[in-house]
Amino acid sequence: MSAPLLEIADLDVAFHGDGTPVQALSGVSLRLDPGQVLCIIGESGSGKSVTLRAMMRLLPERRARIGGQISFAGRDVLAMTDRQLRAMRGREMAMIFQEPMTALDPVYTIGAQIAETVRRHLGGTQAAARARALDMLERVGVPSAARRLDAYPHELSGGLRQRAMIALALSCGPQLLLADEPTTALDATVQIQVLLLLRRLQAELGMGIVFVTHDLGVAAEIADRVAVMYAGRIVEEGSVAEVLGRPAHPYTAGLLASSVEHVAPGAEIAAIPGAPPDLRALPPGCSFAPRCRHAVAACDATVPPPVRPGPGRMARCFTPLGFAPSGHAVEEHVA
Amino acid sequence: MGTVLRRLLLALPIAFGVSVVCFALVYIAPGDPLQTIVPPDATQATIDAVKHAYGLDKPLVVQYLIWLWRVLHGNLGTSISTTRPVALEVMLALGNTMRLVALAMPAALIVGYAMGVAAARFPGGWIDRAVTGIAVVGVSLPNYWVGVVLVILCAVQWSLLPATGMGSGHAALLSWESLRFMILPSISLALIPMGIIARSTRACVLDLASHDFVLTLRAKGMSESTVTRHVLRNALPQVIAIVGLQFGYLMGGSILVETVFSWPGSGFLLGRAIQNRDVPLLQGTVLVLAMIFVATNLLVDLLQVRLDPRLRRG
Ligand SMILES: Nc1ncnc2c1ncn2[C@@H]1O[C@H](COP(=O)(O)OP(=O)(O)OP(=O)(O)O)[C@@H](O)[C@H]1O
Ligand SMILES: [Mg+2]
Repeated sequence: MSAPLLEIADLDVAFHGDGTPVQALSGVSLRLDPGQVLCIIGESGSGKSVTLRAMMRLLPERRARIGGQISFAGRDVLAMTDRQLRAMRGREMAMIFQEPMTALDPVYTIGAQIAETVRRHLGGTQAAARARALDMLERVGVPSAARRLDAYPHELSGGLRQRAMIALALSCGPQLLLADEPTTALDATVQIQVLLLLRRLQAELGMGIVFVTHDLGVAAEIADRVAVMYAGRIVEEGSVAEVLGRPAHPYTAGLLASSVEHVAPGAEIAAIPGAPPDLRALPPGCSFAPRCRHAVAACDATVPPPVRPGPGRMARCFTPLGFAPSGHAVEEHVA
Repeated sequence: MGTVLRRLLLALPIAFGVSVVCFALVYIAPGDPLQTIVPPDATQATIDAVKHAYGLDKPLVVQYLIWLWRVLHGNLGTSISTTRPVALEVMLALGNTMRLVALAMPAALIVGYAMGVAAARFPGGWIDRAVTGIAVVGVSLPNYWVGVVLVILCAVQWSLLPATGMGSGHAALLSWESLRFMILPSISLALIPMGIIARSTRACVLDLASHDFVLTLRAKGMSESTVTRHVLRNALPQVIAIVGLQFGYLMGGSILVETVFSWPGSGFLLGRAIQNRDVPLLQGTVLVLAMIFVATNLLVDLLQVRLDPRLRRG
């Protein structure tokens, strides 16, 4: 087994401000091998974006308290200086966002914004940087790329904008791409094109991707592995086929049951009853227990430690579905 | 280029409307326009003769067109109180006001902008609170009152600067001899625009700082100074709009501030025209000031189109 590209252990993030701190992440552990695609799925507010931003240390320095470890390509991200961070961002680790309209600077051309990144990290002349920007736009399938180089973000369609954003992110050849719901704001057909593009580029460039989505169909399309988040915790993790095919955590099962694609026509969509907990006052036990049909007394008392319902799988549940109820948690992983 | 032409065309109806209102001032102003020219005991024949001489017996539309024709040729009529051409009076007064604005506006812009940017750096911090405090005070204190206080302190108490007037008029424009007269009125005038510019810059920069593109810039590995440059560049069109509006107000001169300092600017002139019921002078002054306002807005519009590609359309 090769060394992981990214390894996160027991990551805690709390936002301090006025009033009670918001515990956005609690004990998140993740691992990504080079060239792998990991999908993080979960409801709105479950902490997906915070996880991505923590990886790049993009959270507001003064308000966000970060605990745990993040190691990227063998280096400790949380110990990096500002200078080291700036050298890593955009060069080795890049990010794309949900809304390319607002994620691109509206008063600079696409070409200028890509060239700016290229010159920042790779140096060279403005002409060389522009040539590279053109090359990138062609690579991500922007038609008449030479003309689009001088277009402003608002002059492109949503799909083209997201392609331009991808070109920008990949312009310095990162080993890791962080994608925060990059297809959510797009039309269904464009969504598929962008997914296919990302898959092709991933294969060509051999980079790792952490892909955030709340769309299980998208996850099934692009992921090697899936991590399911709930209220700032990873509640289940495993290969895409196993997690989506045979969910171990009742929350994952609930997500699957409530997702439109997985329901036969005419059948009822089963929404999960209740609402996620307040991150300012998390319950002492499993955060999902109040909404869980399988909850037992232990669920309300302590946070379930990770168990291994199968090889290469993890679930934080006292009563994993389809597996014998286990009191014997795997000790090696206990938080 | 099409956009420029469209904005120009859009300004025309506004200019037309302004001219109609100015023309109508003669009739809106209380009292008969003849009252100030003709003695109260004049005979009907005299009144008719004067009416005819001034063209007041013609239909209103014709009167307006004649007036407009004259105005377009730079003839704003004659001041009743000074018997000098209104155009000359207005130009002299505008020049004097311009001298104050040339000092007050850049000061307000530089100080206000710097204050706004500093406040936005650490929102809620002590700098932010101090800036907000100064800006609120600057906007809410009546500027003529500030003028009086400045005169009492700097002129009367400490004898640092002259209290009123413009100086000898022979001194060179940029000499200390003439500048020292301008300092106190300029400070009084600059306070409101400074407060407004500081508040809007702060709001604008904070709003932009929460935009995703700032996150993208950081995620690209850009330095904080580059991020700041992008944010300020994005804020520029809005700041220019505010500056343009404030410039328009300042050119109108402040009747009260210019009166406090006996500064013969456009506000002072306006005050005199009203006091003396000098309708042609009032009409001409209001017209020129309104046109300056329209022109400033047009300029701001065009600058914004230049600076914000989203406003450009094919
Ligand atoms: N800068 C911040 N300050 C305070 N709280 C924050 C901040 N950023 C995120 N949070 C909180 O952290 C929690 C997780 O937010 P996050 O954006 O990660 O959710 P998400 O899973 O990405 O949701 P979505 O699908 O809506 O994007 C939310 O409750 C949010 O309010
Ligand atoms: Mg999010």
